[in-house]
Amino acid sequence: MSTSALLTLDGLTKAYPGVVANDKVSFVIGTGEVHALLGENGAGKSTLVKMIYGLVKPDSGQMTLRGQPYEPAEPRQARADGIAMVFQHFSLFDALNVAENIALGMETPPPMRDLAARIRDVSEAYGLPLDPYRTVGALSAGERQRVEIIRCLLQDPKLLIMDEPTSVLTPQEVEILFQTLRKLKSEGTSILYISHKLEEIRALCDQATILRLGRNVGACIPAETSARDMAELMVGTALKTPERSDRTFGAVALAITDLSVPAPSAFGTALRGLQLSVRRGEILGVGGVAGNGQDELLSVLSGEVTTARDAVMFDGQPIGHMGPTARRALGVLTAPEERLGHAAAPDMSLTENALLTGSVREGLETRGFLKWGVARSFAETIIKAFDVRTPGPENAARSLSGGNLQKFVIGREVLQRPEVLVVNQPTWGVDAAAAAAIRQALLDLAAGGAAVICISQDLDELMEISDNFAALNEGTLSVPRPTAALTVEEIGLMMGGAHGMEVAHV
Amino acid sequence: MIRLEKRPQPSRVWSLTTPLVAVVATMIMGGVLFALLGKDPVEAILTIFWDPLFGEFAFYYRPQLLVKGAPLVLIAIGLSLGFRAGIWNIGAEGQYIIGALTGAGVGLAFYPMEGWFIFPLMVFAGALGGWAWAMIPAVLKTRFGTNEILVSLMLVYVAEQFLASMSLGLMKNPEGFGFPGSRNLQQYASAHNAEIVTGTGMHWGVVAALIAVIFAYVLLNRHMLGYHIRLTGEAPRAARFAGVKPARLILFCLGASGALAGLAGMFEVSGPAGQVSIDFNVGYGFTAIIVAFLGRLHPVGILLAGGLMALTYIGGDIAQGNLGLPSAAIQVFQGMLLFFLLALDLLTNYRIAFGKPEVA
Amino acid sequence: MDLSAINPVLLIASLMVAATPLLLAAIGELVVEKSGVLNLGVEGMMITGAIAGFAAAVESGSPLAGFVVAAVAGAALSLLFAALTQVALANQVASGLALTLFGLGLSALLGQRYVGVKPPQMGRIDIPVLSDLPVVGPILFAHDVILYFGIALTGAVWAVLKFTRAGLVLRAVGENHEAAHALGYKVVRIRTLAILFGGACAGMGGAYISLIRVPQWTEGMTAGIGWIALALVVFASWKPWRALLGAYLFGGVTVVQLNLQAAGVAIPVEYLAMSPYLITILVLVILSADKSSAPASLGRSFHASR
Repeated sequence: MSTSALLTLDGLTKAYPGVVANDKVSFVIGTGEVHALLGENGAGKSTLVKMIYGLVKPDSGQMTLRGQPYEPAEPRQARADGIAMVFQHFSLFDALNVAENIALGMETPPPMRDLAARIRDVSEAYGLPLDPYRTVGALSAGERQRVEIIRCLLQDPKLLIMDEPTSVLTPQEVEILFQTLRKLKSEGTSILYISHKLEEIRALCDQATILRLGRNVGACIPAETSARDMAELMVGTALKTPERSDRTFGAVALAITDLSVPAPSAFGTALRGLQLSVRRGEILGVGGVAGNGQDELLSVLSGEVTTARDAVMFDGQPIGHMGPTARRALGVLTAPEERLGHAAAPDMSLTENALLTGSVREGLETRGFLKWGVARSFAETIIKAFDVRTPGPENAARSLSGGNLQKFVIGREVLQRPEVLVVNQPTWGVDAAAAAAIRQALLDLAAGGAAVICISQDLDELMEISDNFAALNEGTLSVPRPTAALTVEEIGLMMGGAHGMEVAHV
Repeated sequence: MIRLEKRPQPSRVWSLTTPLVAVVATMIMGGVLFALLGKDPVEAILTIFWDPLFGEFAFYYRPQLLVKGAPLVLIAIGLSLGFRAGIWNIGAEGQYIIGALTGAGVGLAFYPMEGWFIFPLMVFAGALGGWAWAMIPAVLKTRFGTNEILVSLMLVYVAEQFLASMSLGLMKNPEGFGFPGSRNLQQYASAHNAEIVTGTGMHWGVVAALIAVIFAYVLLNRHMLGYHIRLTGEAPRAARFAGVKPARLILFCLGASGALAGLAGMFEVSGPAGQVSIDFNVGYGFTAIIVAFLGRLHPVGILLAGGLMALTYIGGDIAQGNLGLPSAAIQVFQGMLLFFLLALDLLTNYRIAFGKPEVA
Repeated sequence: MDLSAINPVLLIASLMVAATPLLLAAIGELVVEKSGVLNLGVEGMMITGAIAGFAAAVESGSPLAGFVVAAVAGAALSLLFAALTQVALANQVASGLALTLFGLGLSALLGQRYVGVKPPQMGRIDIPVLSDLPVVGPILFAHDVILYFGIALTGAVWAVLKFTRAGLVLRAVGENHEAAHALGYKVVRIRTLAILFGGACAGMGGAYISLIRVPQWTEGMTAGIGWIALALVVFASWKPWRALLGAYLFGGVTVVQLNLQAAGVAIPVEYLAMSPYLITILVLVILSADKSSAPASLGRSFHASR
């Protein structure tokens, strides 16, 4: 392991109205070191790397790169200084091809034909094969990440920043990525690895810096620290694992038989031959890498997309043709992944958002006329029962933090006493305490006799709460199996294994 | 350094005050414009905004306020429903023309018969005509995904040609000595949209506009359909999740705005205008867009905005007569108002911060 | 009725003239939409260009000066739109409408002194031999320079979008402004430039109507051509050469209906005059099913939050 410093951060501070995103953060990334940046959602990891990448200017503090002061005014300059970044979201252009996408991330790209050849060379060398002329929108999540990584590698970076790279990968794909990263490290490239997945960090990283609420709260050598200790540093308190009481399963509440739905848009996923059933008292976990049909499955269950009558059955009654309102009347409730804009209207008040799904079961209307008073007290009930931090129900949904809004959205469905509840990514982007509360609510709901389908990309979450596990892969669903008997290897294979990726030629 | 910071939630204060600030800003810029045209800016502004209400001849102009304001409010109320849902009917001018044609057509068909039922039938026909004309973009949008902005607008030009064709052909007054234009409905008692109280300007169109305001208010604030309209505009995906059927909403919003525009046209042709003629339409359908935005798409706001806009029309006419201010200057003035309004709307959702952000 | 009075060669030549304003405006708007912005103010910018160009040509005696001023006027008006949508983050649909309403009023105000005035004539290119060729001569080699400029501009826009880095960046911004921002591209600046380009093109298109096609000034003389240009961009699936094809198609419809009017066909004039608008609707209906080639960020506001 190298000891010479590549990048030194000294007292970096960045504040936004109402929140200090980074408060005097200092640490050193050594040459050829894999450095983990660890922290919960909202701990300030993203802001910190944006400062390193020149997207955000620090209010105060200095950075030193190879002994020289480093103040990138824009990403272009950061790239010129040998810093490259693989984003978690938002940096690929669906309608453009791989080579065009890569050219956009380079300062002086060679002519397209030469670039394509170089993409082929580099991608082969690092075991990440890619066709430069394919349209990015048609690629799988794992392949899209390869585009980003190769975009970085073509610039021969000294420091590679990776923001939550494994959230879109199957366990097998993660192993391939790690081999690629180890190869880079052996060539002397430093890697800043951002994650909240502790076991991955223990397997890969040399050093770790832990952020909490914008502050550097500690450092450790991951290989020598237990995951539990790191978690407690990250969260600040001892973690409480949800209580899971023994449940008895009742009759089948919801069943899907042989359901196929064409893709809703050019870059959407078609559902193919779906089969599933969930009993009362059961939590069925649906795993899978993002973009394999999660949204589509939810909209088929919520009634936003209607299907043949008996493709979806509730208590033996066909509901495939019913819209969302009719299904809610029966007790089939859903909570989509995207909070702002799908589960809730950002600019509307919490009262209005309570009305969004609650009008039927909570009696918030009579013959079309709204009962604002009742709606308001329903919103207040949700706020109270789920500990939603907000001054009151008249506040706009967008004024809430991610975790609080998610509690509101889940609470809104849970409090309507569902017979079946389907949630997608219930704890995505939510802090640990809120996540634990949401998981507990789902467990309690199942214990009370409801059937729950939890679609999630967080395998740990599914292992923790679900009784049976199935995985979505390119629009097909694997046969559900009891969670308790599954190994990580088996789960990975259910999710599609390595998706035909080759192992790096190390 | 000046930056924009998104507010955690829309500011109520600014949402109410921006229209006022926009009006004041427009007055100032309008004054500059009038000065450039060689007119005394203060006198021009006073002529436009003061004289119609409190000037020497206010007794004549005040009723005009209702006459000009009613069609604007009626159309704008309809448009605001669609605008709230992100459905852009900008062809109200065409629906207004067609409503006038169908309404007048029914009246002319009965001529010279007298009967109490004729006028109600004309009202119905006018609404139906406007509704049907608006159904063209609505159905094309729901069936084929065609852009309703372009289709509704193209239909304005088509309607104008229809109007020309009708006033030169089918509806031409047989006793009109060959001049274009229909019989004057003001001289046909059963079809005349006469003043309800003489000398007040209060005709049935004014009544209809007030009813529309009340209906829209109840719809938007107390009814599920209105909630769904607002929800669709704010977050279309959330609306679908809530169970809104987008096609139905498109049909309703375009249909309602078309019917109201058609009504406005019918009340105009059978009252203040009196006859179908080539230059019957004067752009109320487009000005109503400004009225809708100036009223912040809120029924009560639209009522006030309609009054203000009617004032600029009347004041503009006076200024044209007294000061020689070109009528186009008023059009520019109205356009400017919309600009300021849109620009200042920023303050509802963003706050302007100077210097570095404070550490909270 | 005398259909034989319609000369096919002149018909094609005048079709190209009728198509040019449409083409100029559509090419400009195509670039704007490729950058992810929907500017519905084309009609307003065209009519402003029409009067500004007309006035400048009359005052200076030079039609070319007229076109330059028209481009500047169109761009100036579009700068207002850019300020509203890119800086003040106003709704693009409403801002475009505002631009059109404002432009119509402004042009009427500016144009009062020019009603009935004859503008200086734009010279036609006259290439010895070539221009005198039968059939081919009048169609290909005897037009004004702006008409050729329009075709050249189409080719240039196509080449820039397809082969250059600037074109790639423009498309990237229109496709996904968040990603473009994350890579360090200046979304607002790029879009503002595109909007200015669109404004200049629309202004020139307007001046072409008032200086060459008609040529005189009347209030509201663009008569919806700006809106048809917007439809044309959809028709063209955001591809420059298809915009040219579409412009010639619409130009053809306009010219044929005018010729039919002149020839005294039994169809009433008003119904013939409706035809370009009805055909626009028809084309929109046929082509609306496929929106896949539309820029993904089209019409969405961008604000770099964090």
